Formats: sequence, C-alpha cells, structure tokens
Amino acid sequence: MNGKNSIPELIVSQTLGFFAVFVGLLFPLATLTILIYESIPALEKSGILHFLTGRVWDPVSEVFGALPAIVGTLLVTLISSMIALPVSVGIAVFISELCPERFKPFFSTAVELLGAIPSIIYGMWGLFVIAPLMADHVEPFLQNTFGKLPLIGVLFEGAPTGIDALTSGFVLSIMIIPFMSAIVKDAFEMTPPLLKEAGYGLGATKWEVVRNVVIPFALPGIIGGVILSVGRALGETMAVAFLTGNVHAIPKSLLEPLTTITVAIANEFTEADSDIYLSSLFLLALILFLMSFGLLMTAKFLILERIGKRWTPRGI
Amino acid sequence: MNEPQRSLKILVRNFNFYYGKFHALKDINLEIGENKITAVIGPSGCGKTTLLRSFNRMHDLYPGNRYEGEIILYPDGINIIGRDVDPILVRMRIGMVFQKPNPFPKSIFENVAYGLRLKGIKSKSELEGRVEEALRSAALWEEVRDRLKENAYSLSGGQQQRLCIARAIAPQPEVLLFDEPTSALDPISTAKIEDLVVQLKEKLTIVIVTHNMQQAARISDYTAFMYMGELVEFGPTERMFTKPSNKLTEDYITGRFG
Repeated sequence: MNGKNSIPELIVSQTLGFFAVFVGLLFPLATLTILIYESIPALEKSGILHFLTGRVWDPVSEVFGALPAIVGTLLVTLISSMIALPVSVGIAVFISELCPERFKPFFSTAVELLGAIPSIIYGMWGLFVIAPLMADHVEPFLQNTFGKLPLIGVLFEGAPTGIDALTSGFVLSIMIIPFMSAIVKDAFEMTPPLLKEAGYGLGATKWEVVRNVVIPFALPGIIGGVILSVGRALGETMAVAFLTGNVHAIPKSLLEPLTTITVAIANEFTEADSDIYLSSLFLLALILFLMSFGLLMTAKFLILERIGKRWTPRGI
Repeated sequence: MNEPQRSLKILVRNFNFYYGKFHALKDINLEIGENKITAVIGPSGCGKTTLLRSFNRMHDLYPGNRYEGEIILYPDGINIIGRDVDPILVRMRIGMVFQKPNPFPKSIFENVAYGLRLKGIKSKSELEGRVEEALRSAALWEEVRDRLKENAYSLSGGQQQRLCIARAIAPQPEVLLFDEPTSALDPISTAKIEDLVVQLKEKLTIVIVTHNMQQAARISDYTAFMYMGELVEFGPTERMFTKPSNKLTEDYITGRFG
C-alpha cells in the first residue's frame, strides 16, 4: 500500500469494487434461477428428453417438443454465419490492408453504422424489401441453378415465398457483419508490421501477405470474433421474427418457413393461456441461455486458449 | 569511392530520400562490391536503416515516401528505384534480415520454404532439398533437423534469427540486407550470426547496418559512415578504422559521440 491511500478510501473503493462484481455475477445467476424455477412444471410434464427431441409443438393438446425451434435457431444462425464470415473477412482485409490510409475512417464508420441500426428495423426491411426480392428473383434463380444439382438440390425445393430459412439467415447476417468485421479487423491490425515486412521482404504481393501472414496471425482473433458473433446471432434471431414464418416444423429445405427459440417465445408469450404452455416457453428460454453460455465458455476456455498458446510469438 | 572495385554489385548515385517533407538522405553516392560485406555505421537517426530499406523498396509500403536519384543493380544495370521497376521483383533478388527475429507463425520448414513457394516451386523433393541447404548454410540444420514441423516460435531468439537468415537465403537472392541483425541477441548468438555473415559472402553480396562499431570492424570489407542523412566517408574497413580521413569519422569511431 502506498502512503497516498488512506484507510477509508481503500474501504470505499474495495466495497464498490466488490459490489460491482457481486451485481455482475448476481444477474446471470438470478436469471438462471428464475428460468429453472419456471421451467420445472414443463420439465415434469414433458421430461427433458422428450422436450428436446419432440417434433410436435401443439399447445392445444399440451404437447411440447422443442426440436423444431432448436434446429431452426441453429440453422438460421449457421446460414447467417456462413454468409457473414467471408463478407466480414473481406471487409476487414479491405479496411486494414487495401484501403488508402485517408479513407480508412470513412469505411470503418460506415460499417460501424450498420451496427447502430436497431435490429427490428432490419427485420422490417427484410420483410418489405428483401423477402419479395428473394421470392421473385433470388430463390427462383437458385432453384434453377443449384436446385438442379444432385445432393444439394433438395436444399432449394419448395415454393419460393421469401419467408423462410434462407431470407432469415441472410438478414441476420447483415446484423452480425458489423460486429464480426470489427473484431476481425482489430485482429488483423494486431499483426506486427515487422511480420508483414518479412513477407514483403521475400517478394510477396499484398494479397500473399494477407493470406499467408496476416490471416494466420489473426486466426485466434478471427475464431474469437466468429464465436462471439454466433452468440449474438443466436440472440438476435428475434429480429427476424417477421421472416421465419413461425412454423414449428423442421424445414426440409432452405426455402421452407421455420421458427427459432426467440421467435417462438416472443410470438407466443402473450398467448400462453395455460401454466404448462408458459412453463414450456421458459424451458425454451433456458435452453437458449445454456446454448449461448456454452458457446461463450467454449470460446473462452478451449479454442482461444489453445490457439493463443500455439501462436504467441516471442520477442515481437 | 576511392579505390575502384573490381566487381560492382550496387551503385548508388545522387540518391535522395524523403519521408513526406523530411529530407532523410542527402546526395548519397556509394559503391557496393560483389561478394563483399559493406557495413553502414553511424549514430541513431543518421539514416543508415533508411538507406538499407531503399535497396529493397521497403519504403514503398508506407505512403508519403519519395526516392530521387539512382540505385543501379548489376549485372543487368536496372535502376532499383525506377518507377517502371516492380518492387516485388527487386525484393526477390535482394533479401532482408530484420532487427528482431520475425519468423512467420508457421512451422520451421514452412518458414524457410515460404520464399521458394512464392517463386512457384511446388515439387516436394526440391523444396525439401533447398530448405535443408538453406538451413545448413544458416548453421541451423543440426539443431532443427528433427523438429522441422514444430512451430518456429519454439526456437530461442538466436535460433529464430538464424531461421530468418535461412528463410532469406533459401530463394538464393543476389544481395542480402541485414538491419542490425544482432541488436536483440545475446553475445553468443551474436558471434554465431557474425560467423555466418562472413561465410555467406562466398555466395552473395552483403550490406549490414550496425550500431556496433566492433562488429563492423570484425566482419566487413568496406565501411560507410553516415551522419545526419549524409554519407561522410566510405572506404575499406581497415583504413576507415585506422586512418579515417574525416574528422567526424574519427570522432565517431573513437567513441567521442554517438
């Protein structure tokens, strides 16, 4: 302790710090407790295994199977991540490596502004602009091209309505791109100039340096960014409520409507007229909570730590 | 400048360099002999690294830099800093070893193979042969032969720097630039690198920037002394360190400033 810190000051700062940590820990724990408590009736009635694997969601006969919502959540998240990843890496490459220095702030801000748009606005834009566009042009085109291919052709079967997994995933991807590209860009900019010069010094082109030096160096950051963005996508599926169709069925193709956990909760909470219905929705929320939590923990303890250790340079 | 050299590798003529408006190098004239070690010495900020980095157009990577004059590379006599000359082709002919070891986050093998892959060499046996040859030339082969697949960061600092030398010589450049290659290393690693530099001049031309005058005296054939962006004196190392003709040079090498 240095002489400048008086004892009362120390007590106040320690108390405040302890309080802040306590509140930070308390909220997720309290949420988890409530979710578990409220889910108990549904757990007792359906049983966790039946709830997780059940394909029928029929509130009238009080049969609750969450599999379609879980699959829908994962599918929409997967589609959005698959679209967002290459776009985000491309944006990050452009802003951090290719763009002339004086235009960098402009493009960075432009991408960050995408993230400032409230997500429900994306949802509305998706419904009124993207869905008709998908239904009239993109989806028929996909059916006529990829739809004719063996194996992956089945993914594009069905009537192109624009209210489906593909549109939902696409709109969701636009929501997570600002987030993902910002993290990937930061990871790129962490690459030491000395390392890039090593590549240039051997006669590498800009693109070769990006591909062989910057991307490998930034890999832990890219993976971290992807996982954080997937976590965000899991929660943001709410904003595509208009686009999923809210149908509790596992879609057989990308052009079929579906539902996600968040959409089901948002749409049905006010309609839940029985205790068991309400409890089942709480159980859905608990599953989402655990999915997000599990994803973040995986990111933190497994992937980032392992890759971080492997690729930490010495002396740069 | 005084004694004409039998075989000229690089000729620097009326060379000026600007960082934006800052005139960093002023009217440099210098001859670099083939298969010789030319040391560039001088106090911090005198422009020695700036000069070195002009030889492989490193300054092109950052905006606002400008070259003026000529740096002629022989035998073909191209002007390295000419607008019509592709810096990538220059860098394939003139390799560089940096101030701190900077291996790629890849395996030992891939680090050395990288320059070869850039040249379009794909054959596995040729890559293996040339990686081994480069590692032997860099006096590193015996230490890493059983761990070529390990990450380069598992090596010590001195080994990493020798790996960087192997990486630079694998594509067989004509000239190798060293930018204070031992400034981050301990005395034993430094001695190894110095031996290596002397051996390498059999195969290629070497320009080395160093802040360590003893190092310049130990290993170089010619020495250039720079001060405030100007080349003060240039000549055979022995003469520079015994009978410098310029008062500034004498003051510097006797440790009166710098």
